[in-house]
Amino acid sequence: MKILIIGATSAIAHETAKCFAKDGAELFLVGRSSEKLESVQNDLKVRGAKRAESYVLDISQLDRHQEMIEAAIESLGGLDMALIAHGTLGDQRLSQENVTKTLEEFTTNCTSVISLLTLLANYFEPRKRGCIAVISSVAGDRGRQSNYVYGAAKGALTVFLQGLRNRLAKSGVAVVTIKPGFVDTPMTASVRKGLLFASPRKVGEGIYHAMLKGKEVVYLPGFWRLIMFVVKSIPEPVFKKLSM
Amino acid sequence: MNFQNTTGRPHSWGRYPKVRHSQVQSIYWRNELPDLAQLEETTLPFAYGRSYGDSCLNAGGVSLDVSHLQRFISFDEKTGLLRCESGVSLAEILEVMVPRGWFLPVTPGTKFVSVGGAIANDIHGKNHHRGGTFGCHVTCFELMRSNGERLLCSPEQNSELFRATIGGLGLTGLILWAEFRLKPVVNPYIDIDHIRFASLDEFFAISAESDVDFEYTMSWVDILIGGENLCRGIFMRGNHNQSPELARKPMKKRLPLVVPIDFPKFALNSLTVRAFNELYYHAQVPKRVHKIVSYDPFFYPLDSIHNWYRMYGKRGFLQYQFVVPFEGSHEAMREILGRIRRSGEGSFLTVLKEFGAIQSPGMLSFPRPGLTLALDFAYGGPKTLRLLDGLDSIVLQSGGAVYPAKDARMSAAAFQTFFPRWKEFAAYVDPKFSSSFWRRVTDGVFVEDEKSQELVNI
Repeated sequence: MKILIIGATSAIAHETAKCFAKDGAELFLVGRSSEKLESVQNDLKVRGAKRAESYVLDISQLDRHQEMIEAAIESLGGLDMALIAHGTLGDQRLSQENVTKTLEEFTTNCTSVISLLTLLANYFEPRKRGCIAVISSVAGDRGRQSNYVYGAAKGALTVFLQGLRNRLAKSGVAVVTIKPGFVDTPMTASVRKGLLFASPRKVGEGIYHAMLKGKEVVYLPGFWRLIMFVVKSIPEPVFKKLSM
Repeated sequence: MNFQNTTGRPHSWGRYPKVRHSQVQSIYWRNELPDLAQLEETTLPFAYGRSYGDSCLNAGGVSLDVSHLQRFISFDEKTGLLRCESGVSLAEILEVMVPRGWFLPVTPGTKFVSVGGAIANDIHGKNHHRGGTFGCHVTCFELMRSNGERLLCSPEQNSELFRATIGGLGLTGLILWAEFRLKPVVNPYIDIDHIRFASLDEFFAISAESDVDFEYTMSWVDILIGGENLCRGIFMRGNHNQSPELARKPMKKRLPLVVPIDFPKFALNSLTVRAFNELYYHAQVPKRVHKIVSYDPFFYPLDSIHNWYRMYGKRGFLQYQFVVPFEGSHEAMREILGRIRRSGEGSFLTVLKEFGAIQSPGMLSFPRPGLTLALDFAYGGPKTLRLLDGLDSIVLQSGGAVYPAKDARMSAAAFQTFFPRWKEFAAYVDPKFSSSFWRRVTDGVFVEDEKSQELVNI
């Protein structure tokens, strides 16, 4: 199994990568920090990865995506799967005051992913097999005042993935939309943890299974499907008055 | 596996004492470490909270959560040398390494401890008579001091700090990663014997006979029987199974049980403990039973019940583990067991074992040759504390010691007698590190000169 993982130093992606490493997979890890990548790479090697290569890239440099994907393909001798897991949980308030900040958030969480997806789709489509998994978010299911910039980026991503899944279905390429709820990771370090928080391990393992099965849309943990069903069914006149 | 303390408020396994920290600071990466010199209060590393008392707590100070430092760094298949971050749990190591034919050199009765904690408490296990403590197998580690220094410590380099940190209760700085030697096994199974014994003398006899041929020994004991026999119990001994065929046999995975609520106060008392003991002792009908079991139920019977501390109710419980030198151990045991029986307190899970003579490099290590007994008591207020103070004095007279990793109440005077090298050790304590335990046991007693006075006040 040859897998490209973008945002490989994220806690969730690392947990998924551990599952693949245990199976003896070959991994190509992309991340921003070379020190962190090295830590993750060494860990996955000890855990049984047949190979773990790393590639340093700031994903907001869209013009370097092609080059990175080519490097991954060349290094591993092809790709079977790709997991896109990078993202930032920006400060909603800062984004409200500063449009540059908003657009930066969009670049990281949406535009950069769309760029990667386009390139990867064109790689997998003619090969008629493969799997592309992307970490979106439950935040993309409905815009809320507390984080609608992040939510909108993830929401756009979710719709893009729907379309892409539709397009690639006839080629036998799976497109997996992953919608984690609250996860206890460095990304949420400053947030107070409640009962709804799941461990990165649980979510990471969920992604691994969803990728192997080529599922469509997975909520992780599963109960979020129900929560978001309720959140989505509240009529807008009521919803706009809630403080969510 | 999800065994992390997710409440965000660090507590120890016994849930006594209950303390508040000023903050919890999580460390995620070795290349993004906090500047400890900037902290206003003292700090103490914390991972999974499996120490029983207050040695992992730092009331009013900062708790450094290292449980996210859980990455492996390297493994040498030829020598068995494993290097990993300090928050890696022993459970994780077993999960990754047992299928490849490697096992921990030493393991305590729970696998949910971190490597950092294993070093800081210089833990021991059922193979102490053969393998010594965990610290005996550590080749090196990296220690971060609060001044930002990152020191490689080994028997050759910074050797004093190496010896102070092994068994150093997390006080000498933050262990970032460690390297230690795993041992090869043929398969994940253990050949075990269970032998019933009816007296302490019989225990000594079986122990003497077993030490040579068995790598692992320990006994479950019933200490409430009274009389000349002193105790009865089941002696458990085992060796790694050597059959290559069993390596392919899949291990049964059992889902862990969870204790959903705190048991009420009356759930565990000397009557229920007596009833349990009676059942457990007689559950094994033949004198001797031989079985092959996987390593999990043999080493970690209680790990299958997550948060079992809840059986002791909201008030928590106290563990008490002591060692007394072999010479005079019979007399000490007679006194100790007599006192417990008279107190009417029952210890639910009591474990008896002999420590061997292998010396640990650790300055403050607890194990020393002798007989060791681990007991637990539901916290019943001052009367429980009085009982344990009474036990301390017997242990003191016998020239023994009480285990800091399980302690929440021993006096400064007792500690300083149990661990005569404590002053030598104190010189290596990082000025920004402290614990509730350390402040209690260095509370100004036996301080002779000004220099050590300073150390104590830090």
